[in-house]
Amino acid sequence: MSDKAVSIKVEDKLYQNRYLVDAERPHIQIKDEALCASCTTRQCTVCCPAGCYEGAADKVVLTTDGCLECGTCRVICTTHRNVEWEYPRGGYGIQFKFG
Amino acid sequence: MSEKFDVIVVGAGASGNAAAYTLAKSGLKVLQLERGETSGAKNVQGAILYADALERIIPDFREEAPLERHIIEQRMWVMDERSYVGSHFRSDDFNKPPYNRYTIIRAKFDKWFSDKVKEAGALVICETTVKTLLRDDAGKVIGVEVDRIDGKIYADLVILADGVNSTLARKAGFRPELDPKHVALAVKEIHFLPKDVIESRFNIQDEEGVVIEMMGKITHGMMGTGFLYTNSDSISVGVGCLLSDFMTQKITPYQLLEQLKAHPSVAPMLEGGEMKEYAAHLIPEGGYHAIPQIYGDGWMIVGDSGMFVNAVHREGSNLAMTTGRIAAETAIELGRAGKAMSAANLALYRKRLDDSFVIKDLKKYKDLPELLDNNKQFLTTYPELLNRSAYAMLKVDGEDKRSKQKDIYRGFRAERSLFGLLGDAYKLWRAFR
Ligand SMILES: Cc1cc2nc3c(=O)[nH]c(=O)nc-3n(C[C@H](O)[C@H](O)[C@H](O)COP(=O)(O)OP(=O)(O)OC[C@H]3O[C@@H](n4cnc5c(N)ncnc54)[C@H](O)[C@@H]3O)c2cc1C
Ligand code: SF4
Ligand code: SF4
Repeated sequence: MSDKAVSIKVEDKLYQNRYLVDAERPHIQIKDEALCASCTTRQCTVCCPAGCYEGAADKVVLTTDGCLECGTCRVICTTHRNVEWEYPRGGYGIQFKFG
Repeated sequence: MSEKFDVIVVGAGASGNAAAYTLAKSGLKVLQLERGETSGAKNVQGAILYADALERIIPDFREEAPLERHIIEQRMWVMDERSYVGSHFRSDDFNKPPYNRYTIIRAKFDKWFSDKVKEAGALVICETTVKTLLRDDAGKVIGVEVDRIDGKIYADLVILADGVNSTLARKAGFRPELDPKHVALAVKEIHFLPKDVIESRFNIQDEEGVVIEMMGKITHGMMGTGFLYTNSDSISVGVGCLLSDFMTQKITPYQLLEQLKAHPSVAPMLEGGEMKEYAAHLIPEGGYHAIPQIYGDGWMIVGDSGMFVNAVHREGSNLAMTTGRIAAETAIELGRAGKAMSAANLALYRKRLDDSFVIKDLKKYKDLPELLDNNKQFLTTYPELLNRSAYAMLKVDGEDKRSKQKDIYRGFRAERSLFGLLGDAYKLWRAFR
């Protein structure tokens, strides 16, 4: 933690992980895009440890491929409760080699 | 599957494996369901294993469990941006078998534990996510529905060992949604290094291990800690903070981890290592007040799902194994006495936990989470002052020590009134006592 800012792309980290992506069947969904458009905090774009939420002008784009299945996005969306959160189908998703 | 089981255990983490093993060993017909490819594929831990809890379940586990290093030295670091003030405790007493604490790698460890569960006679089915609990008209839990065709399976008792997010307990209304104040998000990485490099870097040999717990400015004022643990030929490094704090910050969890790794006191320990995995997981840290109802007609909750983590002492897996074992023992006893798995009878589980270290310890620290949350100076101001003071006292620069002491004292007073300082000391003493 030196004074210089440490920049990091989360993709470089996720690249080390093993996933079995359930194509076309995202396990997490935003319930109502309009709510995200008006959401003032948009903390999902900061708190998700896999950077799955990306803020755009009029919406938030969720891509679950790199999801670590932690649950953070669901717990922190307190104002709108706008995250429909399930585990992936059995066998799919992140496969921790070490954990 | 039209078969009926005595008990279904949902989840094959620390608590589920402890429960399923104990139940199967007693001869009950047990089905264990796990959504991961194998037991451990979804699980994240630091990880320190506390021998006692496992020893009560599998006494000779040391002969075959995949253990990394037994811990002979514990370091606690209070950090600011450039330095740390630390206490190190190392003792040759920790080198006398049977060892008390080990580092482990969860994916490997859980796989081993799961093999023991199968050996004990349970039917273990992986790659299967339980969708909902099946209940009769009176609300009694009578089985589960899984994400496979013909997905209804019945049992006299369902044990929820499905971890901190427990979709099942939430959907069934047994537990509310997690409060961001009651859970921490931890991110961690594993870095591989040659065994001899780790041993010379940490001044250890053979299977000896060192663990470092870190606090202070590394968490940017958020309630949380960092850690660095030595495994056989790898190092686990991570940081975790309360979600309620993450919510009010602009720093991402991976930036926080990156900054910790770049700290001038941490970076040399990781130098040259190869990062092979990045993981994240929630930790229930609400303590005693956050424990939900943990039993009812046809069901019990064990482990993280019941919020059984002692955050002050970084204990979770042992509480998971202990609650899993005690839940199993309660069911076995009721079964033998021919009693139903009703809420009234399963109340015995809660009573036994009340009498065990699990609830006693959680009760002891019940007010600490709140206290630290309301007193952020413990996490920012004090670590900085402590480090500044140590630096001032140790630097030889021609100024006399008494003047330096006065400056330090003034530094503390400037940041906090005398009453504030005394009050803090008292609050901390009350909470840890
Ligand atoms: C970074 C970190 C560091 C930690 N360090 C330590 C430490 O050093 N020492 C310590 O003792 N504890 C530590 N803990 C806490 C410890 O990891 C947990 O307390 C422990 O793993 C809890 O065990 P569990 O069985 O309750 O839950 P888990 O281990 O999370 O297991 C739950 C299981 O249920 C499965 N599951 C969930 N839902 C379903 C479903 N619907 N259908 C099928 N399967 C399902 C999951 O896939 C998983 O295998 C740490 C935790 C973290 C995150
Ligand atoms: S916090 Fe919730 S409502 Fe706000 S942008 Fe994120 S998902 Fe949408
Ligand atoms: S579960 Fe965790 S990793 Fe997955 S999208 Fe939500 S916050 Fe990100």
